[in-house]
Amino acid sequence: MSFDATHQKEQFKSVGTRPLRPDGVDKVTGRARYGADFNMPGQLVARVLRSPHAHARIVKIDTTRAEAVKGVKAVVTADDLPDLTNGDAALFAILDNCMARTKALYDGHAVAAVAAIDEKAAKQALKLIDVEYEVLPHVVDVDAAMAPDAPVLNDAIFTEGVTPKPDTASNVANRSEFGHGDVEAGFEAADFIVERSYKTGQTHQGYIEPHACVASCNPDGTAELWVCTQGHFVYRQNCADLLGLEVSKLRVTSSEIGGGFGGKTHVWAEPVALALSRKAGRPVKLVMSREEVFRASGPTSATSIDVKIGARKDGRITAATATLRYTSGPYPDMWAELGAMTSFACYDLENVKTVGFEVVVNRPKVAAYRAPSAPMAAFAVESAVDELAHKIGMDAVAFRIKNAAKEGTKSSYGPVYGPIGIGPTLEAAKAHPHMSAPLRENQGRGMACGFWFNFGGQTCTDLNINADGTVTLAVGTVDVGGSRASLSLIAAEELGIEYQDVKAVVADTATLGYNDMTDGSRGTFSSSMATISAARNAVEIMRQRAALMWDIPVEDIYWEDGHAKAAGSKYGNLAPLSVKDIAAESGNTGGPIAGHSELVADGAGVSFATHICDVEVDPETGSTRIVRYTVIQDAGKAVHPSYVEGQYQGGAAQGIGWALNEEYIYGDDGRLQNPGFLDYRIPVCSDLPMIDTQILEIPNPNHPYGVRGVGETSIVPPLAAIANAVSNAAGVRMSHIPMSPPRILAALKDAKG
Amino acid sequence: MTAIAVSTTINGDDVEYLCQPDETLLDVLRNRLGLMGTKEGCGTGDCGACSTIMDGRVVCSCLVLGAEAQGRSIETIEGMAQGAELHPLQRKFIEHAALQCGICTPGFLIAAKALLEEKPDPTEEEIRFWLAGNLCRCTGYDKIVRAVQDAAREMRGEAA
Ligand code: FES
Ligand code: FES
Repeated sequence: MSFDATHQKEQFKSVGTRPLRPDGVDKVTGRARYGADFNMPGQLVARVLRSPHAHARIVKIDTTRAEAVKGVKAVVTADDLPDLTNGDAALFAILDNCMARTKALYDGHAVAAVAAIDEKAAKQALKLIDVEYEVLPHVVDVDAAMAPDAPVLNDAIFTEGVTPKPDTASNVANRSEFGHGDVEAGFEAADFIVERSYKTGQTHQGYIEPHACVASCNPDGTAELWVCTQGHFVYRQNCADLLGLEVSKLRVTSSEIGGGFGGKTHVWAEPVALALSRKAGRPVKLVMSREEVFRASGPTSATSIDVKIGARKDGRITAATATLRYTSGPYPDMWAELGAMTSFACYDLENVKTVGFEVVVNRPKVAAYRAPSAPMAAFAVESAVDELAHKIGMDAVAFRIKNAAKEGTKSSYGPVYGPIGIGPTLEAAKAHPHMSAPLRENQGRGMACGFWFNFGGQTCTDLNINADGTVTLAVGTVDVGGSRASLSLIAAEELGIEYQDVKAVVADTATLGYNDMTDGSRGTFSSSMATISAARNAVEIMRQRAALMWDIPVEDIYWEDGHAKAAGSKYGNLAPLSVKDIAAESGNTGGPIAGHSELVADGAGVSFATHICDVEVDPETGSTRIVRYTVIQDAGKAVHPSYVEGQYQGGAAQGIGWALNEEYIYGDDGRLQNPGFLDYRIPVCSDLPMIDTQILEIPNPNHPYGVRGVGETSIVPPLAAIANAVSNAAGVRMSHIPMSPPRILAALKDAKG
Repeated sequence: MTAIAVSTTINGDDVEYLCQPDETLLDVLRNRLGLMGTKEGCGTGDCGACSTIMDGRVVCSCLVLGAEAQGRSIETIEGMAQGAELHPLQRKFIEHAALQCGICTPGFLIAAKALLEEKPDPTEEEIRFWLAGNLCRCTGYDKIVRAVQDAAREMRGEAA
């Protein structure tokens, strides 16, 4: 039976309930094992030496003195990770980022590493590695990096996407453009225009668990890696490529993961740990410090964005443009392009144009952060939309409803939408009691919308029916926030059995086929698709087994409510066979029963959200308090509503931190000034109110149960929602994120004149 | 440096170990005693993932020296359940989905336990300020606060 992924099911028994998660007890008793909670016999401790310079040529590295330290078993530099990337620029960037080759490109860039019998010896050895640097001029600001006289990071970067191709190298790696219609004509037709420039600071995903791994290379050419990652299959591929290992010989096990949000989708130090292990001939444990996490992993782009939107008196937008400049760290990627694609995705626009510029700077290599690139674009666009509504004299929600994208809209980035949720989230916002609740002095209310694509991708799942009729579900997508519970619900639903009878585990790379990583909100979407498909395959087999048990043709057997049933009246006396009945006989009817599925989960439905936020701005200090917060988002179908709410709340909280506080601060020397949780302050419990959520369910037509990804969209609207609220509370339009107290005070002072 | 011999009580059991003078209690728990339920998120006292209770007070074990445990009584997450019986806070955290990734959970449970021992009926604000030293990046704290409120209710013998 081929797998039919179209939306079919409306009535659910398990899906939509809120059972206890299978890994709950392990996690509340301290038994769950995360990246740093694993050890191997004979294991060494690794430490990484990092560049103190933002930009410097590495003239010479001498490791002799370090190697002589008692207890040191291996020292590695770029020489121990030879370039096997064969012209693959993306892979080379990963390699160069793991261990600087000719130049250190940011403060914190790894230049060497040590494995020793204990931390003391490793730290001592780090101090004795002699690195001769030739310090070069650096640039960390996105606009400064685009200036003609900016220090150029990479002589081989010539802006792509412009004709004619430039003949001088620059920091602008590429230009991307999206849109349709005639924006000039559109602005001509406008009665009102808002035009403004915005900036956003660079933030970090801020997962509480630092990167950690244990690497073990054996003399027989096999290797093992235990690691906290969002995608162990991808890590396996990257590490094998960089170390010249055969993929099958490297077994990667994903530990429990203490948060990732996109930051654990890229290898950082794992190839270095493997190289150390290979050289030392012993297992190596490498755990980053918090400072290293900030200086050398993660962050998102810093941006500078110009937006122009025009509308007629009646509130219809006639034209919209945005120019978006995104930092990517020292290596180009597609961050600006994603920003340019998402910026106007919420709206139905006749004339729209967005242009993205990918800019390299002396900051850490940018990694995905929850709906990567979308929050900054949404901040700029949704701020301008609000300002425009105000100018026209329309209510902010009504203005958005009038211009919202709907089924059949040609999106600003190209595709035509199917059934989507932006309109319904806006209608829900309009009707929400939060919208009409009274405000006190110095308080203001703001709202904003957000969009994210969601991804599907390659997925492989095994579903084993055990002899006692219970089910073991092996998935290859790492569980970052409760997906084992959701996938168990899905298996129970499809098989017609109890949730308690399903146990979902995350399989390692040696025991399951390839899976893309848990990113793009794909974990539950894609693995549920593969689980449904695997369950249907298992049901097929169970029908055949029932046919053998009853000795009747399989065509006369159908599956219903977890039972094989004989069709028609001629078998009237045959009592239905449960999964347990069939499993108990499996040894006599052909052996173990299992369903497998390998698929590319296409059709991840796009996702929309609307957030409402009340803030109170203290005019004396410029500090902002979140008074009330509501998230409204389309989930397609919420498989486990508690964890859907959790995604909504977590994304909102991260957005609040980004909006008000979080920011990488660089000194004039290009060094990161705040690489710790004290100075890079993420929201704490006393900073936040309860975060209300409303789940809408507009089924995704491309998923059997209508599921859409839910993990990312919730971080898209907060920046703008809060900026709009601050503007309504304090009467100043904040165009620079984070809206820290000094920035708000300065804006208040400016407004007074 | 010469190692220091320490006799202490951990989760009610007598424990002896040797540690270096500059070694933190967190490292002793995790690396010497195998009590890896206590987590390290920062090592600088800013995240609370390493929270333990020392003589009835919540401390960041990354800021306490292993040697300072001499003669004290330490409680870690491994000692929170009574055998197979979870502490009400542990149960409520699971019931309320108050954990996503769970790395912060041991720290929150330890801190919340100390709170409810001191204040059986805390207000939401008291809970939020008490737990302000524990960072969670996943949940936005909403479900954590609700789980603590519900556990407090149950521990006071009130119906939910
Ligand atoms: S590890 Fe001790 S407070 Fe973060
Ligand atoms: S649940 Fe992940 S940090 Fe709290």
